[in-house]
Amino acid sequence: MSENNIITPENLVYEKTKVMTDRVLHYCPGCGHGTAHRLLADVIDELGIQEDTIGVAPVGCSVLAYYYFDVDMQEAAHGRAPAVATGIKRVLPEKYVFTYQGDGDLAAIGTAETIHACNRGENILIVFINNGIYGMTGGQMAPTTLPGMKSSTSPRGRDVATMGNPLKITELIAELPGTYYVTRQSVHTPGNARKTRRALKKALEYQKLNKGTCFVEIVANCPSGWKMTPVQSNKWMEEHMFPFYPLGDIKVPEK
Amino acid sequence: MARKGDVVIDIEKCKGCEVCLSACPNDVLALSNEVNSKGYHYAVKVNSECIGCANCAIVCPDAVITVYREKK
Repeated sequence: MSENNIITPENLVYEKTKVMTDRVLHYCPGCGHGTAHRLLADVIDELGIQEDTIGVAPVGCSVLAYYYFDVDMQEAAHGRAPAVATGIKRVLPEKYVFTYQGDGDLAAIGTAETIHACNRGENILIVFINNGIYGMTGGQMAPTTLPGMKSSTSPRGRDVATMGNPLKITELIAELPGTYYVTRQSVHTPGNARKTRRALKKALEYQKLNKGTCFVEIVANCPSGWKMTPVQSNKWMEEHMFPFYPLGDIKVPEK
Repeated sequence: MARKGDVVIDIEKCKGCEVCLSACPNDVLALSNEVNSKGYHYAVKVNSECIGCANCAIVCPDAVITVYREKK
């Protein structure tokens, strides 16, 4: 078979899902946000719930998420996405509601909203992108910045004696009785991306059961904030982020 | 023999991050010498070893890769 014959509609294996708009993403080259967006959109497409999904966008790099997901979206004030999602889900309980938040939004200004929404066990999906830095505002130190990690506000590296310890908010959330499914994944390799896709799919399926909050953390890179190339940043993430933020399920539903 | 595949790359949207290059098991992709209208060197196919595994497409942050694989 000649190569030209391979490109036919019946041979299609993978294409950009229709749940993502055709807009060019504003993210820096190699940023994990784009992959995370697409995987979530893929899952919404696969489950056939595009018309029944409502997303809540955060403040941070992913503030423009509403441009990219072709589902109903609502922008929340900084950190308040879980509170907004709570309201949406309670008024429209048959809809699938997700929030998409970064570490500055979810683990700093929005800590209270996040913890209380999870503690109440709101039936929403929280997608948490953890890259250990404030990307949008210029690479400042975030609650999740690693000890010794350099950022524009910790130029000599995070000193835990004066700057405190990184917040493992996902482990914290998993302790709350309101959460049903808590997992930590990444999207930097094909294998990890496929696992993340499965985790997101499970989380949206669980939402139908009304058992509580599903929380999917995605450890991601920030090539611009970390001042590395995308490939270097993925390697750095494997070497430094994963030992501190180990991948895997943290809380799974009891059988 | 493995089934043959092919990729189509939307070069105008590609930002040349190279994440797909290391995801490819057969080194099918490389960066172009030319740049697109935004000034990025984009991913291009450099050989015909593609098996349509879609590894490149699933890690592409900008969803620029469409993958095809011939039927058995």
